[in-house]
Amino acid sequence: MSERLLDIQNLSVTFGGLNALSDLDFHVDAGEIVSVIGPNGAGKTTFFNMISGMVTPTSGDIVFKGESLLGLDPNQVTARGIARTFQNVRLFANMTILENVMVSQHCRTKQGIMGALFQTGGFKREEQEIREHGEKVLGFFGSRLVGFRLNQPASVLSYANRRRLEIARAMATKPEVILLDEPVAGMNPKESEELTGLIGKLRDEWGFTIVMIEHDMGVVRDVSDRVVVLDHGETIAQGSYDEVSSDPAVIEAYLGRPAEEAS
Amino acid sequence: MSETMNTDEAGVLAPARGAFDQDWRKLVNWGLICALALIFVSLTDMPDKLDKRVIVEPLLSMGYLSLIWIPVALGNFVTREVVLEGMTQHKKGLRELVAGVSVGAIGGAGLALLIWLLDTRDLSDPLVNWNDALLEVLSFGEGVGYGAIFWILASAGLGLAGGAFHLLSAIANRLLLAIALTIVLTASLESALDDISEGFQLEWLFEALFEKKGGLSVQGAIILAVFAIAWVLVLGGQAKRGRAAVTARRELSPTKVNTVGLVLIAVAAVVLPMFLGRLTNDLFTNVGLFLLLALGLNIVVGLAGILDLGYVAFFAVGGYTAAIMTSPSSPGLSPELPWWVAIFVVVFMAIVAGLFIGAPVIRMRGDYLAIVTLGFGEIIRLTVRSDWASGFTGGAQGILSIPGADIVGVATVKGTDPQQVLYLVIGFVAIAIYVSWRLENSRIGRAWMAVREDESVAEAMGINTVNSKLQAFVVGAILASFSGAIFAAKVGSVFESSFKILVSIVILVIVIVGGMGRIAGVAAGALVLVGILGGPNQPGLLAEFSEFKLLIYGALLIWMMLKRPEGLIPNVRRSRELHQDEFLQDAWLKAQANDDDDEAASGEVAPA
Ligand SMILES: Nc1ncnc2c1ncn2[C@@H]1O[C@H](COP(=O)(O)OP(=O)(O)O)[C@@H](O)[C@H]1O
Ligand SMILES: [Mg+2]
Repeated sequence: MSERLLDIQNLSVTFGGLNALSDLDFHVDAGEIVSVIGPNGAGKTTFFNMISGMVTPTSGDIVFKGESLLGLDPNQVTARGIARTFQNVRLFANMTILENVMVSQHCRTKQGIMGALFQTGGFKREEQEIREHGEKVLGFFGSRLVGFRLNQPASVLSYANRRRLEIARAMATKPEVILLDEPVAGMNPKESEELTGLIGKLRDEWGFTIVMIEHDMGVVRDVSDRVVVLDHGETIAQGSYDEVSSDPAVIEAYLGRPAEEAS
Repeated sequence: MSETMNTDEAGVLAPARGAFDQDWRKLVNWGLICALALIFVSLTDMPDKLDKRVIVEPLLSMGYLSLIWIPVALGNFVTREVVLEGMTQHKKGLRELVAGVSVGAIGGAGLALLIWLLDTRDLSDPLVNWNDALLEVLSFGEGVGYGAIFWILASAGLGLAGGAFHLLSAIANRLLLAIALTIVLTASLESALDDISEGFQLEWLFEALFEKKGGLSVQGAIILAVFAIAWVLVLGGQAKRGRAAVTARRELSPTKVNTVGLVLIAVAAVVLPMFLGRLTNDLFTNVGLFLLLALGLNIVVGLAGILDLGYVAFFAVGGYTAAIMTSPSSPGLSPELPWWVAIFVVVFMAIVAGLFIGAPVIRMRGDYLAIVTLGFGEIIRLTVRSDWASGFTGGAQGILSIPGADIVGVATVKGTDPQQVLYLVIGFVAIAIYVSWRLENSRIGRAWMAVREDESVAEAMGINTVNSKLQAFVVGAILASFSGAIFAAKVGSVFESSFKILVSIVILVIVIVGGMGRIAGVAAGALVLVGILGGPNQPGLLAEFSEFKLLIYGALLIWMMLKRPEGLIPNVRRSRELHQDEFLQDAWLKAQANDDDDEAASGEVAPA
């Protein structure tokens, strides 16, 4: 029915002797929300790092809109339309909140040094657009990141707001796919419930396709169309939330092997 | 008696502790530190060399000042109470005085020991300043016993004074500090003031303040003290309020410039050089040349976060290109272009050099990049000196008889006329400031900041970090080459020895001391360091200090790193205090009562 947006083909990577990810094979269609789950150290973040060009796979391919992403620099991947957030929030702490979402539009804009020095019409227009788009994505989170906040450094934000700003920064790059690495980690139940709603809106209202790493099963259940489960780099299950959550291999990975079977 | 700190908490202070209820171990430690500091400063020969530089005519010279501030500062420091929430605060009293005296006395005893050793031993072999002149200065020519006793008593007294500051009210402390600073600063500026007062026909004022043979007169010092008191009491409050208003405005719209301030500065830049004498014009020219360099490096280090330790290379490229292009006696190529045409060649060469050095090193990060650029800085200089290049650059002989700067039909700036050169420098500094300001608030500048903050994330957010860093490198190179071209025209000759690594370091110190990333801070840094202490080869106002310049630079740098890493005039967003903002956040949230109440709960800062 829908087009294959992101196609992961037998993707593997080893660090030294460690198989951080082996033979991951799945695809994401346009407009889907896919969750990647699995215990700590399963290779989820490594998977994101490979899509975004920060880690080079040992074998396999990543195809986005029919073209391989292998060999591209991270900035080129972002320019193609894949943005990400980081598990351990990594904002530009000494830049203002507005600047954080302005700077991430870099690959969508083109004014250079001369435009800035001579304040050409094109430069001013583009600055205006950058600013408006920045305020628009910040507005997605209600009044938390706008108003007097705009010109404050990102370092003054509370933890939950930092996570929100990271998402806004990824949105500002005008992507087609957003990779969210544990978006609700460290949030209280009320905050994570609210963010879950917003993740749905990201797809429904903004039209983003979303791949999300998440530990909170409630969040995964509420928003995911499909779930991929990793353990020690192996794909142990794929399918809808209900299929996956009743899969014995998944239960084992999460709860450990029953005592009598342990070797 | 009220308190210097936390006046508002005076009610909850615990009673003063007993005078001898001391942490003796700590006092002895700090006393020994005081002694070592006094001995160290003495052996650098500051007391002797700076004795000729008088502050207040018969009373005090810079030489003795280099010693006496130590017991005061340490006596004050050792009695400072750490103010922490939940800790008992004690009333200040005799205990502080006893501590101050002890530290000072131990320090004085150390100096007395030195005096005695100076008299009886000869260690002049490793310690070059171990001589009778030093002994003479330390003992006032009155013999060892007199000197020793004098310093023990004086140092104890100074330590006492240091401790006593805690007993005075905040306003009294401010007044004393203002008086001391005004007097020392005015005395430091003596030669510049002499020069300026002529231009403004204020010789009478100068004569009222200063003695003929140098230094403030006692009467002058008293006038200054009265002035300082008036300043603190009357204007101090207003200035503070004004500054607070400006800061508040900047919080709201950080990119807005203060138009009134800008116009004032512009008018001063145009008018002032007419009234300044040779000496001051020349001084400001040096400040301007280094300011130009520092503004360029500020883009590279302050904005883009590239720690370039070989920045002098671009200064050299500018200087040599201008020299070769304009000088009739340039050994190889000698097109004898007018200066303003040569400037285009200079910019071109700066871009070439920026790309040539930048391309291989820009992929490195942090410390590696610093070391490699350090190497390139020297490589350029050694290349200029080499036999291979000396056909063009004159090798160690340099290039001489560079004509002044010819500005397309408008004027010819003669290097020998400091006023004209100053105007030229001001013009280029204005360009550099404009460039820095416009770029900082543009797409390019934001990309630089992102690279500085976190290179991998910047890359992941769609910024081509290699290109971005190269751009910063090249813009910095162009600004430095301007400075080099003016330098060549001003001095009339270039030698490779003018482009040693020390220049890179001084520029970097200016940027750091001034406050990285902030234009006003860089300007303040250039004024203080180059104007007062002097540049690497350029004398400052305190010409006597040139020998100690590096020592003072180093000490200043360490102190800045420990106490004020954000610089003299920091970037607002860097220095803003976290707590204040969280407080603001709470207030704002309360106002938004209908909005989420969960926010306040998560107001705490992120773990790690
Ligand atoms: N750059 C790297 N070099 C070596 N080992 C790595 C690297 N990145 C991740 N790993 C290892 O790969 C495994 C998977 O890590 P990660 O993808 O972060 O797990 P998670 O599923 O918790 O996000 C871990 O054992 C981790 O130590
Ligand atoms: Mg992870």
